[in-house]
Parts: sequence; structure tokens; C-alpha cells
Amino acid sequence: MNISISIPLQEENILLLENPKDAREVVKKLSELLEVKGDVKPSFFEAVWERERNMPTGLELEGDIHAAIPHADIEHVNNPSVALAILGNPVNFKCMVDPEKELKVRLVFLLAMSEPKKQVEMLQQVATILQDSQLVKRLSVSSSAKEVMELIGLMN
Amino acid sequence: MNQQRVKRILVACGTAIATSTLVAVLIREEMEKRGIKVETRQCKATEVPSYAQDVDLIVSTTPVPTNLGKPVIQTLAFLTGVGKEDVLNQIEKALKEE
Repeated sequence: MNISISIPLQEENILLLENPKDAREVVKKLSELLEVKGDVKPSFFEAVWERERNMPTGLELEGDIHAAIPHADIEHVNNPSVALAILGNPVNFKCMVDPEKELKVRLVFLLAMSEPKKQVEMLQQVATILQDSQLVKRLSVSSSAKEVMELIGLMN
Repeated sequence: MNQQRVKRILVACGTAIATSTLVAVLIREEMEKRGIKVETRQCKATEVPSYAQDVDLIVSTTPVPTNLGKPVIQTLAFLTGVGKEDVLNQIEKALKEE
């Protein structure tokens, strides 16, 4: 599969959160970011959170920094986009393949996909980032959205 | 041993079709590299019991029933890369055993 060069992640869709309270707060802040821009409908957050509660999206990575890819059904999305939160302190997300397992997550990619089959590329690009443990480590200690963009840009 | 029939893999994920599409594509590509031709079908985790009888193997990123008489592999390896080689070997083995 050909991975195209740039992830549709814009600098203004990156949040650095020092000390988030919990997973819900992180997902809410990311959802609000996309809602303000008109990329998602007001119903998006509740749909994402409801889904997360029933079908968690925590992903266990190589090292001890883990990620989550919350998302919801396409009817709540206007424009496909991605928002990323990098957390100073981890929050717990349940593991996608083993929901009894809690993962300490520091990278949260909120995925707003309007046509799932086409947005496979977006997911593939997120997966590519997650599979690079050096990159994951560096992202987790990034001090600015600009730095995050540069790190992801370097991956190409 | 000549495996004439193309093997069928059911790929399941939560609700969104995106994850299972990605996993299905990657499985087909990787199996082709190993000289194994496979067909994939996608479904939601809740739909697995309905489609299980027509396939040789089930691969899912979320928990699915394992008592359907078909081998089940539950893995995030295609998203995270963790354990990917092992999973590919498991898939190959499961397909050769049918």
C-alpha cells in the first residue's frame, strides 16, 4: 500500500496538555477544537465518547508510552480531519483488543472520518507513526505543536 | 501439498469500517508476499457469527466469539506493529491447516 507523504494533521489541531484529568477530558478538548472549526458536528463528542466506552481504542505500543485513536460514526463528521493531543501526564484508556486492560496513554489521535473506506490512508499514517518507537518517544516529550509537525514531517 | 482453493479471511473491527479495511489490505499484501492468495471480507465485531461459516480464519482488532469453529486471531499488530511477524506466521499457519 502506498503511503502518501503528508498526514492531514494541521498545526492548529495539535494540543499539548500538561496534566489532563482523564481520557474524557482529553477527548472533549480535541472534539471541541474540531467542532469550533466546523469539521465535526456538535454531536461528535458524545458519539466518540459513547463508542470509547463500549469499544475502547487504546493501543499498546512497543515501549511504555501508549496511544489511543478515538473516533465515531461518519454521520457526525463534516470534513475529514485529525486532532492530536500530547499529554504531559498519562491518562487511562482501555485497550482495543483487551478491554479489561488499562493503558497509560500519552498520545491521543482523534480521528474524524467522513468516508471510512477512503480515510484508511489517515489511519495508515497514524499507524506508521505509532510503529516508530523513537518517533513516539520524541513526540511524547515535544514542547510545541510546531515541533510535533517537524517530527512527523521528518518521518517521510 | 497443493492448496487449490483461495483462502478466505474475515476481518473484523469495532464499528468503523476503516480499521478492518486497513487490516484487510495489509493481510492480503503480506500473504501475497508469502505466496498465499487470500480473499478478505470485512465486518463489525458483532456481525462475526453471521459470516464465520464461509471463511477459513477470523482476524479482529476487538474481542469476538472464539467458539464458532474457526480459528480466531485477535491482534493490534497491524496498527501498532507490535508482534506483527508473529501474527503473520500465525495467519499463515492457520491458513495452511484448513
